Amino acid sequence: MKKITYLTLSLLLALSFTVSAGAKTLKVGLDADPVTLDPQVQLSGGMMQLSHWVFDPLVRWTQDMDFEPRLATKWEKVDDLTTRFFLRKGVKFHSGNMFSAKDVKWSFDRMRKSADFKALLDPFEGCYIVDDYTVDFKTKKPYPLVLNMATYFFAMDSKFYTGTDKNGQPKDMLLKVGESFALNNASGTGAFVVTKRQHNVVLEMERFKDYWDTKSPGNVTKFILTPIKENATRVAALLSGGVDFISPVPPQDFKRLDADSKVKLHTIAGSRIITFQMNQNRNPALKDVRVRQAIVHAVNNAGIVKKIMKGTATVAAQQGPKGYASYKDSLKPRYDLDKAKALMKEAGYENGFELTMMAPNNRYVNDAKIAEATAQMLGKIGIKVNLKTMPKAQYWGEFDKRVADMMMIGWHPDTEDSGNFTEFLIMCYNTDTGYGQYNSGYCNPKVDEMALAVQSETDIAKRSAMLQEIEQILYDDAAFVPFHWQNHSYGAKNNLRVQPIINVMNFPYIGDLVIE
Amino acid sequence: MFAFIVRRVIQAILVMLVISLVGFSIKDQIGDPVRDLVGERVSPAERAEIAEQLGLNDPFFTQYSRFVKNAFTKGDLGRSFLYNKPNLEVIFEHAPATIELVFGTALIIIFISLPLGVYCALRPKSILSRFAMSFSTLGVSMPVYLTAILLIFLFAIHWQVLPSYGRGDLIDLFGNGWWHTGMLTIDGLKHLILPCVSLSTLMLPLFIRLIRSEMMEVLETEYIKYAWAKGLSPARVWMVHAFKNTLLPVITVFGVQIGIMFAFTLLTELVFQWPGMGFMFLEAVHRADISLLIAYLVVVASLFVFVNTVVDILYGFINPTVRITGTK
Repeated sequence: MKKITYLTLSLLLALSFTVSAGAKTLKVGLDADPVTLDPQVQLSGGMMQLSHWVFDPLVRWTQDMDFEPRLATKWEKVDDLTTRFFLRKGVKFHSGNMFSAKDVKWSFDRMRKSADFKALLDPFEGCYIVDDYTVDFKTKKPYPLVLNMATYFFAMDSKFYTGTDKNGQPKDMLLKVGESFALNNASGTGAFVVTKRQHNVVLEMERFKDYWDTKSPGNVTKFILTPIKENATRVAALLSGGVDFISPVPPQDFKRLDADSKVKLHTIAGSRIITFQMNQNRNPALKDVRVRQAIVHAVNNAGIVKKIMKGTATVAAQQGPKGYASYKDSLKPRYDLDKAKALMKEAGYENGFELTMMAPNNRYVNDAKIAEATAQMLGKIGIKVNLKTMPKAQYWGEFDKRVADMMMIGWHPDTEDSGNFTEFLIMCYNTDTGYGQYNSGYCNPKVDEMALAVQSETDIAKRSAMLQEIEQILYDDAAFVPFHWQNHSYGAKNNLRVQPIINVMNFPYIGDLVIE
Repeated sequence: MFAFIVRRVIQAILVMLVISLVGFSIKDQIGDPVRDLVGERVSPAERAEIAEQLGLNDPFFTQYSRFVKNAFTKGDLGRSFLYNKPNLEVIFEHAPATIELVFGTALIIIFISLPLGVYCALRPKSILSRFAMSFSTLGVSMPVYLTAILLIFLFAIHWQVLPSYGRGDLIDLFGNGWWHTGMLTIDGLKHLILPCVSLSTLMLPLFIRLIRSEMMEVLETEYIKYAWAKGLSPARVWMVHAFKNTLLPVITVFGVQIGIMFAFTLLTELVFQWPGMGFMFLEAVHRADISLLIAYLVVVASLFVFVNTVVDILYGFINPTVRITGTK
């Protein structure tokens, strides 16, 4: 009996070795796993990452902020309102169905119904099929960001999602809470096929054997994603060899990763800006531009980047980072304590004043620490800060009510264009239009007017000049307190070639990852 | 005995009603679950619509009576926003991980504290006893979180002999997905060692000390002296006469502590990314999944009542005097 057991065991062992030859398994530890398999239910970083693994967009961003053909091989402007995309032929979905123009239209029409994507797609009039491999996207007004938006046009397998599920409901139903076929099943054209999913425990994917992108150098055959929430545990999992790749890496552990010869730390500049807004309606002192300037001058944001962020962020003085059309080189960080004090004196607040401040403590990297440091820095110019920090689950409710004089907000524009910053954070808060949804305090009709004009300006040079002018006005007006743009950080074993697959958006293209 | 159990069940229901009411009354303080279901760009109007669909805008008592009604008529405790499944299913999915963690910890505690506690009582002056006593002081004063991180650093990173997170290879025990066990595979057992050891450091010292002092006390009693005087063998005096009576209070404390241990798995599970109920609870708090939180409170309350009832019954078997008063 024993002999037989040994025999089978050694046989199994031998078998597993032959199978694993050439097979490359990648174990990934992220702070959270995608909430669903339906790419159109929620617009979040985690869902976008999944979309890039299991599905493919028409075009995608490259590392240097250019567009790269994916399901669309080329594109052209037909007229002011129409952009034509020529689609790739011979692309197969995971289900075996062939990809064509009707999948693009079907996915686009479905996305318009999604609460999360609706607003983003608002400039579009519709999607029209020209032939099996050509589609036209029409916009309501001339729209300069059609290609930026095409990075969101992931093709879903229309045949696969058509019909009714076992509960008699349409398979493509868009649902946040409840049972829906699309929430638990996926068929895309992407490099990975989902093979197993237990929410918050594990997501397993295998390389799609009929993947269209045969030129991709990627050689990951099995991709296992485990959410590891606790920072220390995630780092420990990498250092102990339990996983091959982690993200994000907490700044306090950068040194540890650097010191370990088996792993490497990779970072890339991101475009999420961290700011404090100053509510002029709540606190009359903040109405005075000199006081706002004093606050901006009192905040040593370079020091925060160095000490709190351990150098993994880029100091900011404007909304959009370098590489954006709006970027103005002349806008420099303003830390100058003497000037800040002088400005306070000039404004008649020599003896300072009190204000309330609020920040989340689990939303942005080191958010609470940044807020504490800011409160201290403002103390130096006589401003007494009553700071309150709280988990994001409670923070957003408080933010909606605008309950503090200074509130922290970080923002990453979905369009990778600084117009988006202005629309959400700077334009006057208006519940009808939805502009200024995350603006708690600044309102300048002139900026509003310009931001709206930018939306339909398709002349790139003109548009860029307008965006830069907005940045200049906000800078002169001290409309907000800029801190930094967060870097994305990844820790990986040495044999992973991570650098080519990471990008500003924090969507590591694992399909192209090479394991040596 | 029957009347005793009936009384206990009625008590349990009352406890659960009160707990669910408390849960319902604080749920608005935890946060807005809709925020976590949508991206940050979604407009307030869209959010309000989703809240309406989920029934979150209904008055307090409409929501509460709906919950109680569904709980009693259908055994349905609502649906988790975060996991998008019925709450009970989510809880039962996570329960095996926690139960195995607590079970493993209980085994460690029993097999170490019993012999060690008895030894310390019998040979209080020996080197091993002194070592055990001072070591247990250290154990009590170290927070579990720290112990866990230290263990990970030593065994997973420095020596790389044990895995640092998760449950490892699992086997579907009944073939229907109800219970995935890590106790039947070598890899699964390896994954259990560190979490169990770090969780046991919390209770182990307590039990060594408890057994030691109880045993010492019993050894001083008249009937033990009488047993010695009768000329019984040491083994018989210690094991049959002294040890059995030592166990009584120890079992009571053990029952209560096991319940507390379920609560303490929270930190251990967080550090080891152990997909159990404590971890699930923390996620639910972070993501404002109030529906799951309330269901979890109710389930935990019933668990506590159940464990205590079992302990009371066990107690009755060991000490007949309890049984007599229990059935009056």
